[in-house]
Amino acid sequence: MKYSYFPGCSLERNAAAYNISSLATAKALGMEMVEVEDWNCCGATEYISLNLLASFALIARNLAQATKTTGVNQLVAPCSACYLNLRKTDAYMQESPDLAKKVNQALSAGGLSYEGGTLKVRHLLDVVVNDIGLETIASKVTRPLKGLRIAPYYGCMIVRPNFESTNGDGKSFDNTEYPMTLDNLLKTLGAEVVDFPMKAHCCGGHMTQISEATGFEMIRRLVKGASDYKADMIVTLCPMCQLNLDGFQAPMNRHFKTNYNMPVLYFTQMLGLAFGMDAASLGIGQELVDARHALAKIGVEVPQPEKPAAPKKSKKDDKSLPMPLMGKVEE
Amino acid sequence: MDHTPRALFALINAGMSDVVLKSNTPWYCVSCYYCTVRCPQEVHITDIMYTLKRLAVQKGHFDDTNAPDFSKTFISWVESYGRSFELGLMGQHMLMHNPFGVFKIAGMGIGMVSKGRMDFTPTRIKGMDELKAILTKAKELEVAE
Repeated sequence: MKYSYFPGCSLERNAAAYNISSLATAKALGMEMVEVEDWNCCGATEYISLNLLASFALIARNLAQATKTTGVNQLVAPCSACYLNLRKTDAYMQESPDLAKKVNQALSAGGLSYEGGTLKVRHLLDVVVNDIGLETIASKVTRPLKGLRIAPYYGCMIVRPNFESTNGDGKSFDNTEYPMTLDNLLKTLGAEVVDFPMKAHCCGGHMTQISEATGFEMIRRLVKGASDYKADMIVTLCPMCQLNLDGFQAPMNRHFKTNYNMPVLYFTQMLGLAFGMDAASLGIGQELVDARHALAKIGVEVPQPEKPAAPKKSKKDDKSLPMPLMGKVEE
Repeated sequence: MDHTPRALFALINAGMSDVVLKSNTPWYCVSCYYCTVRCPQEVHITDIMYTLKRLAVQKGHFDDTNAPDFSKTFISWVESYGRSFELGLMGQHMLMHNPFGVFKIAGMGIGMVSKGRMDFTPTRIKGMDELKAILTKAKELEVAE
């Protein structure tokens, strides 16, 4: 099977581990990934906060580039924000002829065009589970994830919202509040899967940069949830979720004076490990919260991670929004 | 948070646009789309929050807070290079709004760098001129509305 591949900015560097593990496991599953040439940023949640039409045009350039440079009509994104933005733009362009016309007027300034519905925008998890299938995946497992308790974490943008365009494009591939695709995949790999009630709650996205207290609280409840369910690790499918839960786990711990130590890996890394690949070839070891202890349970050795430097004490002096407290008089 | 989303929508219905656009509520929206899938009236609430953010910025509200500035900084990297640039974004944003915060996440920053997860220079796409032309045209069309 041939797919058009949209890695997105995060996978270029901070989530490089997701990129290499996605490509390695896709190859093992017989999927051919053709990267969209000269793709640009999807704008995350920021571009549309300030510009409406330009944000759709920014995203539509990628849809046009994918159509033009790969010749495949299935566009796969491993990043949930990219997936949402590409899916949303495609669905809205189908829904609104007026928007489609204006977006194409803008695209023509760069010599491009895109007709809504030309591409099927898919998330990598959807493709792996629903195109390849759990049976095929099970047949390739040589190192079952036996004894590993995993909290499956979807975050928000992979299953929500649910666009209802006429031909069904943009419809969520799983339940919008209680998805099971990742649960089923991890069970197939032999893991013990936690029935994780927060699995489709938001990690906060860029909230750590807007209101630190709010952002940290959103991270805390997820890490605490997984910890309360005695999970050995959280497995995710989104680079923003991984960055928040893994990268910001230590600052969050300092903020709340807690001591959580919850590793956060990508589903493609778990897939690769179950297929018998070695940890380094899947980018394992790039996570900031040490995953060695958890992975030792399935006999996987991880390249030695370095301890992050000790934090310095800081003064409270910022203009970020405070933690929202409803029903109380705020200063 | 100044208003719950429900109160905010009641204010919109009551035509109190000034109060609505000065409310900090939309800036707490993380775009998780829970409300959108739950709304029995199928209101695209997340999109409305984005609209309120855009209108508030146009009116010059929230000039001195973090939230719109984070979006502006993010966008400026995308508009110059075609890709986002995490180190530049976080560095620039924190220096402007939360200089002491740099120390708070210094450990994380060092961790990210030592793990090879942070680029020191942004990547520029080849079709930058075309992308600029597309965005300029889109902004013209938006103003013309």
